[in-house]
Amino acid sequence: MLTFTIRRLLMAIPTLLFISLIIFLILDLAPSDPTASLPLTIPPDVRADIRASLGLDEPIHIRFLLWLNQFFVNEPLNLLQHWTGWDLGGEGRTRVISWQTRSPVVDIIAQRMPQTLWVVGTSYIVGILIALPIGIYSAYRQYSIFDQAGTFVTMVGFSVPPFFSGVLVIVIFAVNLGWFPSVYDTTHVVVDWPSFVIQLKQMILPVMVLALQITSQISRFMRASMLDNLNQDYVRTARAKGLTETVVVMVHVLRNSMIPVVTVIALGVPQVFGGAIITEQVFKVNGLGHLLIGAIQGGDIPTVQTLTFIFAVLIVLFNLVADVLYGILDPRIRYD
Amino acid sequence: MLDGAEPSVLDVKDLKTVFKTRRGEVHAVNNVSFHLKAGELLGVVGESGSGKSVTMMSLIGLLPSPPAMVKGGQVMFEGQDLLTATDEQLRAVRGARIGFVFQDPMTSLNPVFNVGFQVMEPLRKHMGLNKKAARKRAQELLELVGIPDAERRLDDYPHQFSGGMRQRVMIAIALACDPKVLIADEPTTALDVTIQAQILELMKDLRDKLGMAVIWITHDLGVIAGIADRVLVMYGGQIVEHAPVRELFANPKHPYTRALLETVPSVTGDRAERLRVIEGQPPMLTAQPNACPFRARCDKAFDRCQRENPARYSVGPIHDVACFWNPDTGGARDV
Ligand SMILES: Nc1ncnc2c1ncn2[C@@H]1O[C@H](COP(=O)(O)OP(=O)(O)OP(=O)(O)O)[C@@H](O)[C@H]1O
Ligand SMILES: [Mg+2]
Repeated sequence: MLTFTIRRLLMAIPTLLFISLIIFLILDLAPSDPTASLPLTIPPDVRADIRASLGLDEPIHIRFLLWLNQFFVNEPLNLLQHWTGWDLGGEGRTRVISWQTRSPVVDIIAQRMPQTLWVVGTSYIVGILIALPIGIYSAYRQYSIFDQAGTFVTMVGFSVPPFFSGVLVIVIFAVNLGWFPSVYDTTHVVVDWPSFVIQLKQMILPVMVLALQITSQISRFMRASMLDNLNQDYVRTARAKGLTETVVVMVHVLRNSMIPVVTVIALGVPQVFGGAIITEQVFKVNGLGHLLIGAIQGGDIPTVQTLTFIFAVLIVLFNLVADVLYGILDPRIRYD
Repeated sequence: MLDGAEPSVLDVKDLKTVFKTRRGEVHAVNNVSFHLKAGELLGVVGESGSGKSVTMMSLIGLLPSPPAMVKGGQVMFEGQDLLTATDEQLRAVRGARIGFVFQDPMTSLNPVFNVGFQVMEPLRKHMGLNKKAARKRAQELLELVGIPDAERRLDDYPHQFSGGMRQRVMIAIALACDPKVLIADEPTTALDVTIQAQILELMKDLRDKLGMAVIWITHDLGVIAGIADRVLVMYGGQIVEHAPVRELFANPKHPYTRALLETVPSVTGDRAERLRVIEGQPPMLTAQPNACPFRARCDKAFDRCQRENPARYSVGPIHDVACFWNPDTGGARDV
């Protein structure tokens, strides 16, 4: 398993380099101009100077290599310096700079990350915690009232888009009932119990909307996986041993059913970091999804590039995590 | 051993099991009665769909309900009617007093737990052994069923065993708590011939060593001939003939049994004669069983067979047959 993991990690390097090249080339095709949003009174030669100062007059392969250097060498060195306090001589290093805000992209991402993790991460965990028992029980009591109600609710959760359900819960819980705020206040800082309660309150609506979606997907998956296993011969063997239904279902069946579900959950983690773009918009959560949309609209190519690449890294990474978990959970899988 | 003197360990009376389906009730087990004596090996034969498995699973509440429903009867085991027993009482019997071995060893073990865990489970549950004692006993059990290097193999997973070895593991699980009765549902059908012979040998051996009673389900009369004391022949959810094994082979009374015996390949006779199949299809069990289930495929059938389902008529000391036709006179039975 260890050699497998190391081999896969090494294999990920060329994969990611290739992905970064593709992202770079595609974004380079975009007809956007970093000076486009500047006042029209600026003369063309000044504009050209601005472009040159951004490095845009270099040929594409030079720009790609510069970006690689900035992203893979300079940024990690900076991080290291920041965390350890060692002096690694940061003065001369150029960083990936946002065209819109002129500050380093990595710093902006570090700023936005907590918002996304709070809201989307919580939704993911809440969604999974609700989904698993629902899926297990629906399968065990297939076609019961509970199962049918569950099927209906998950179908709704599946098919109603968050821009609708988001607005709906705002109308109900924020406008009519006035229980929770409709807008997520990014600047809110948790320092004590009352401020934590405020944080909880402002999280509830976006978490509700996202968790509904996540619960719908994962509970369906869990149910299907349980159903696959409940009819297996080994379940009959377990019953023939005189084990209680709880042990039969929660030990024998569940352990087998979790194998594909865990994989799906692991593969879904990058989406958490990607943020839920639409939900973040609806509730004005200033997270990564919000950042990405803003950067795309502002033609801020370094930010878009960096974010996209980070998502790519996460996807590759969690694919590996899923494979490793699969190998751990299923003794029939041997990678070495 | 075969006379009626000793008490039965298992006594089944008028067992009736139906499946509720969209196309009506399927009468899978219809008024089945039989008994099992201590230490004997009872063979159950019949073609696919005759209700052998459903009968045995009904005894011990292993059928999923719905769709299955045990509609009536009585199953006496150790002074208790298993059909009226609570779930908890049944669980105390399953795997402890009555062991099961199923047909397909490839799928009957849980793939994600090691063999040791699966053998130890009934030991810990029914005998209350701690981990260490259970492991020791599990090792003894694997040795008992002839798995070499048992100690080490406890930590292996089912996929690391061959089919025959997995069936030995299943037998070890069934025998874990020293059951009174072992029900083996076609335990050798999925195995190739040499392995089949080994498992049969093992079972004969174990029965002599441990003295439990065995119900052996198969559709292979050849297997039955080698090991059984008495035989039940099932057809269409009913027992159509019951006799000691020698008697059954020497003196079959039911047209279905006679046809079955003819399908056993014989060494004499020319090639075409050696393997005959029974013409026609097994019956649909959705109809109410108020006619003989075999009538459509029976060359002896007459009027009465269409109107009435024959009871089991005694034709010898421990030989009975559910048929209106009397092979000795060649005419209708005088009942
Ligand atoms: N879940 C079910 N729903 C409806 N009918 C069923 C169900 N399970 C079994 N049956 C019916 O019960 C009858 C008896 O089946 P059973 O499995 O006992 O046969 P069998 O004698 O064990 O055959 P085999 O040799 O193939 O194992 C069959 O005709 C089948 O159609
Ligand atoms: Mg069967």
